[in-house]
Amino acid sequence: MVEVTKLIHKYLRHDKKFPHVWCPGCGIGIMLGALVRAIDRVGYSKDEIVMVSGIGCTGRLPVYVDFNTLHTTHGRALAFGTGVKLANPNLKVIVVMGDGDAVAIGGNHFIHAARRNIDITAIILNNSVYGMTGGQFSPTTPYGMKTTTTVYSNVEQAFKISELAVTAGAVFVARGTVYHAKLLDGLMEKAFLKVGFSVVEVISHCHTQFGRLNRMGSAVEMMQWQREHAVTVEKARQMKEKELQDKFKIGVLVDRELPVYQDEYEKVRKWSQGVVKK
Amino acid sequence: MKEPKKPKEPPNIDIYRAWCKGCGICAAFCPTGVLARDEAGYPYVQDIDKCINCGWCEIRCPDFAITVEQKKRRERRTKEEREKERPAREVTSG
Amino acid sequence: MKKKGRQEKLLQGNEAIVEGALRAGCRFFAGYPITPATEIAELLSVRLPQVDGTFIQMEDEIASLAAVIGASLAGVKSMTATSGPGFSLMQENLGFAVIAEVPCVIVDAMRGGPSTGLPTLPSQSDIMQARWGTHGDHPIIALCPSTIRECYDLTIKAFNFSEKYRNPVIILVDEVVAHMREKIVLSDEEDIEIFNRVKPTVPPEWYIPYEDTPQGVPAMANFGEGYRYHVTGLTHDIRGFPTSRPDEIDPFIRRLFRKISQNFSDIQIGEFFQTENADITIIAYGCIARSAKRAVIDARERGVKVGLLTLNTIWPFMRAQVEKVLQTSRVIIVPEMNMGQISREVKRVNKGAAKVFTLNKVDGTIITPQEILARIKEVS
Repeated sequence: MVEVTKLIHKYLRHDKKFPHVWCPGCGIGIMLGALVRAIDRVGYSKDEIVMVSGIGCTGRLPVYVDFNTLHTTHGRALAFGTGVKLANPNLKVIVVMGDGDAVAIGGNHFIHAARRNIDITAIILNNSVYGMTGGQFSPTTPYGMKTTTTVYSNVEQAFKISELAVTAGAVFVARGTVYHAKLLDGLMEKAFLKVGFSVVEVISHCHTQFGRLNRMGSAVEMMQWQREHAVTVEKARQMKEKELQDKFKIGVLVDRELPVYQDEYEKVRKWSQGVVKK
Repeated sequence: MKEPKKPKEPPNIDIYRAWCKGCGICAAFCPTGVLARDEAGYPYVQDIDKCINCGWCEIRCPDFAITVEQKKRRERRTKEEREKERPAREVTSG
Repeated sequence: MKKKGRQEKLLQGNEAIVEGALRAGCRFFAGYPITPATEIAELLSVRLPQVDGTFIQMEDEIASLAAVIGASLAGVKSMTATSGPGFSLMQENLGFAVIAEVPCVIVDAMRGGPSTGLPTLPSQSDIMQARWGTHGDHPIIALCPSTIRECYDLTIKAFNFSEKYRNPVIILVDEVVAHMREKIVLSDEEDIEIFNRVKPTVPPEWYIPYEDTPQGVPAMANFGEGYRYHVTGLTHDIRGFPTSRPDEIDPFIRRLFRKISQNFSDIQIGEFFQTENADITIIAYGCIARSAKRAVIDARERGVKVGLLTLNTIWPFMRAQVEKVLQTSRVIIVPEMNMGQISREVKRVNKGAAKVFTLNKVDGTIITPQEILARIKEVS
C-alpha cells in the first residue's frame, strides 16, 4: 500500500510548505488523495491537467499539486475553466470547489456549465458550511442547523447538489464521501474518463466550525456519521422511501450520453467555413 | 469473506510525524486495532501483528502521513531487490 | 485568411473594432448581449468560427470575463465587449486579470448611466469606472477612439499593449463612435505591428513566473506547455505562491505600476491639432473630439486662435501632454459628456498657469461644435 502515498508525493509540489493548511482531520486532504490516485490511474500527464479552484478551504487545493493550477475568484472557477477548455480542448480541466463556491455564488455558472455539457470535471466538496470564513451556513446546510449566521438555527431548505447537476444536464453525476475513500477513487476515475460535464459531489465534514456548533463531535465522529447515513445506490433500490428519509445515496447517480459542447461547436466552425452542409 | 491469509511477516507501518496532525482518523478506523493514540493524540503502532495490510489508514489520512508496507517474505525477494537494498557504496567498490 | 488586398469599406465603429481584433490575432470572445456593444458579439459569432476561433455567449458578464481570462491563460488572445452595467459586473475579474497579469481586452461601449440609464444614448461617464472600478491599488490602460479608423487601430494597440505589458486593456468607446459609420481602407499588405506575449526561454525548472525584472514584465508560459505554474488572485511571490510577507508584497505592487509608468511614451497616444500658437486649447476625447476639431477650424476662421489636444489614451492620464498645452495656452476648455471626469484630472495637473473651464453635458445628446464655439466666446 505504500505505493499509495509514494504516488501522491509524485504529484505534490514539494516547494510548497507541508503539512498543508487544512485543519487536522479535514476531509479535503482525503479527497486530494483520491483525486491524485484517480489522475494517476487514468494516466494523464501533469502538463495536460489544469486544476481550477474558487475561493474557500477547497480553493487552496491547487497550490499543492504539480499541475497547471488556477485559483480564481469566488464562485467563478467553472467560468474560468470553460475559457481554458474551449481555448485548448487538449487540456483536461478539473474544477474543485466547496459547496458555497459551487452552488451559492457559483450557482449560475454551475447550472450553465451543466446545461452546456462542457467537457469539465467538477469536484464539489460539500461540508455544508463556509469553513474558511468561520462557519456561516451555506445552501447545503440542513434545515434547523446552527452556524455563526444561523445562531437561532437555519430556516432555509438545502440544495441537493447532485440532483441539481442532473436536472441541469450533467452527463455524469456521482456522490461519495471522504469516509468511503476507496469508492471515491473509482468515482473520480469514471468522472475523468467521461467526456462531457461530470460532477462528483464529495460529502465531507467541518468539525472545526459546523461540527463544533452542532455538537457533532470530532472529525472521526463526523466520518462515522457519513458511514451511517450513506447508502449505496444499489442498496437504496431495495429500501423503502421511509427508510431513506435521513439517508443520502452514494455511487454513480447518472451516467448518460448528451452532445458535448466543443464537439458541437466544431460543427459551427465547419458550417461557418462551408465545409459541411447544415 | 475468506479470512485473508495472515502473512508470516507483519507489514511495516511508518508514521511521518512531521506531517501528522494527530487527527486520530487512522487509529479510529483501523479495523483490527493496530494503532492507538498517545496522550498528545498522535498515533503509534500498538500491535503490528494484528495488521492485515488493508491500507485503510493510509488511504484515509488527510495528510499522507502514514504508510503501510507489506514486506515480501525473505526467499521470494529477487536478486535485484537484494542488490538494491545493499548500501550503494558497497556495490560500486565491487 | 485568404488575401483580400486593399479594401474600401463603410464600417460601423463596432465592426471596425472586430476587424482590428481579428487582425491583432484575437481568436476567443466570450460575452453577453448588451446595447450598444451587441454588434461586436454578433459579428464575432460569425467571424471567429471562420478562422477556427471560438465565440461563446456566457450566462452573464462575470462569466464572460472569467472565460476570457481562462482562454488567455491557455494561450489564445481573448476579448469581451460590454457596456456600463456589464462593465460593472466585470470589475472583480478585471482585478484578477491585473494581479495575475493576464493579457485580455475589454470593450466598454459607453451609454448613459448610472444603472440602466440610457441604453441607446451616448455618454462618456465610465471614465473613472475604467480607472477605479475594481478595488485595490492597480494600474490600468484605457484607450478611446474618436474615428472608425481609430476603432481599428486602437483595438490592435489594445491587444499589443495587453500582451506586451501583461495587463488588461479597456477600449472606452462612446455609443456615437460605436454606432456611426465611416469609410475605412483595410488591407492585409499594410504592415501593422502585432505583438505576442514574451515566452519563457528557460526550461520549466528555472521558470520564475512572476520574476521581478527591471523592465517589470515577466515572460508568460501558457497552460499545457510544460511550465505548470500557479496562477492566483491572492497576492503572490515571484513563484506565484500566495504570500503575506511585506517584503514580497510591496515590490510586487510597485512592479505592477512600474510596468505601465515606465512605458508612457509607448502607451500614451494623442494628437495635437493647431496647439502651437493656441490662445485657447480644447482637451477632448471620443466623439466630442470630432465636434471640437470642427469648432477649432470655425474659430480659426473667425480669427480666434484655438487648438485641440485629442486624448486617445485615457489611462494612464496623459499628464505630460496636458501640461504642455497648459503652458502654451491661457485658457483650457474640457468638453465631455459627463460631469467632468477628465477635467478633474486636468485641474489636478494644472499648476495655475492656465484657467481650466469645463463644458459638461449629461442629457444623452452629443456636444455640438456650435456649443463649443459658444463656450469659447464665453470664456475668451
